[in-house]
Amino acid sequence: MSTKESYLAGLKKAIPVAIAYLAVSFTFGLAARRSDFPMWFASLISATNLTSAGQFTGIELLRLGAGYLELSLAVFVINLRYALMSFSLSQQVAIPIDRGTRFAMSLFLTDEVFALASEKGSALTPAYYFGLSTLPYLGWQLGTLVGYLLGGVFPHSVVAAAGIAIYCMYIAIFLPPMKKHKGIALAVLAGAAISCAMYYIPYLNLVPLGFRVIIAAVAATVLAASLFPRTEEANDEKRHQEERE
Amino acid sequence: MNLSYLLISAALMFLATLVPRFLPFVFIKRKITSPFWKSFLYYLPYAVLAALTFPYVLYSTGSLPAAAIATVAALVMSFFELNMASVAAISFLVAFGLGFLF
Repeated sequence: MSTKESYLAGLKKAIPVAIAYLAVSFTFGLAARRSDFPMWFASLISATNLTSAGQFTGIELLRLGAGYLELSLAVFVINLRYALMSFSLSQQVAIPIDRGTRFAMSLFLTDEVFALASEKGSALTPAYYFGLSTLPYLGWQLGTLVGYLLGGVFPHSVVAAAGIAIYCMYIAIFLPPMKKHKGIALAVLAGAAISCAMYYIPYLNLVPLGFRVIIAAVAATVLAASLFPRTEEANDEKRHQEERE
Repeated sequence: MNLSYLLISAALMFLATLVPRFLPFVFIKRKITSPFWKSFLYYLPYAVLAALTFPYVLYSTGSLPAAAIATVAALVMSFFELNMASVAAISFLVAFGLGFLF
């Protein structure tokens, strides 16, 4: 396949992802409007971050006036999953790709683009990868803008209820694999329990939101990784499938 | 929220998202072998999402009872592996409808 053909093949493959991104970023635009951030800021964040959990948490922390350290650490921990995908890509590619191109590819790494790129195995080329990334990226920007603009038109009752959508997407991601993997079940239950404890218990709830999330997530993960260490490589493939959701 | 706070925060969010994305792909050539760190990276995303969701989902709509019922609906639908878009859309409708009652 020529470079152009690879690019177009990637473009076509990622159309469903682009549509899903439109919907999620739409709720991000709504949330940014609801918290009275300027429109340029919502767009700047979507253009430079291209991620759901990190962006939603980031603007929530900013709304509460979080400090820079809290903001940076919380967003970093939330995004650490990309390090795993980034590792995986570094093992996967067979053709030589220079560092500049690798860096440019990294900018567009998301759960869904990673899943589609993984399907290509060692045949993955930068052209195909950039094809995969193009429409989801544009969808993410467009959805943010439209959500922000409509956030000013929709009645308050709609905008308020839409606040629950992102959390329900998180639930739809972490709940199904809990049924099959004890380690994931423990990580989720412990993460939720510690997070609630830090929210409701006096004094503990003085810890700022970003640090509460980091402490709960890291403590739960250490517990799960200690009690259910993963040994087989074979599970990795299954996991990539799950991440597509 | 003043301008410099927003700009510095935007730059920090960009960096905190970029670093985990590019560092391993650009610089790492060998595999991670430690079972603990492999497991850590494997479980972390799920624990993060759980910690982000609870208890904050309950306060996400401005009506605690409406959000609580919508959350239960989302948990049940996710248990039966309904796709993510449907889970989010139906829970939104539940929260929206019940918002008028509570």
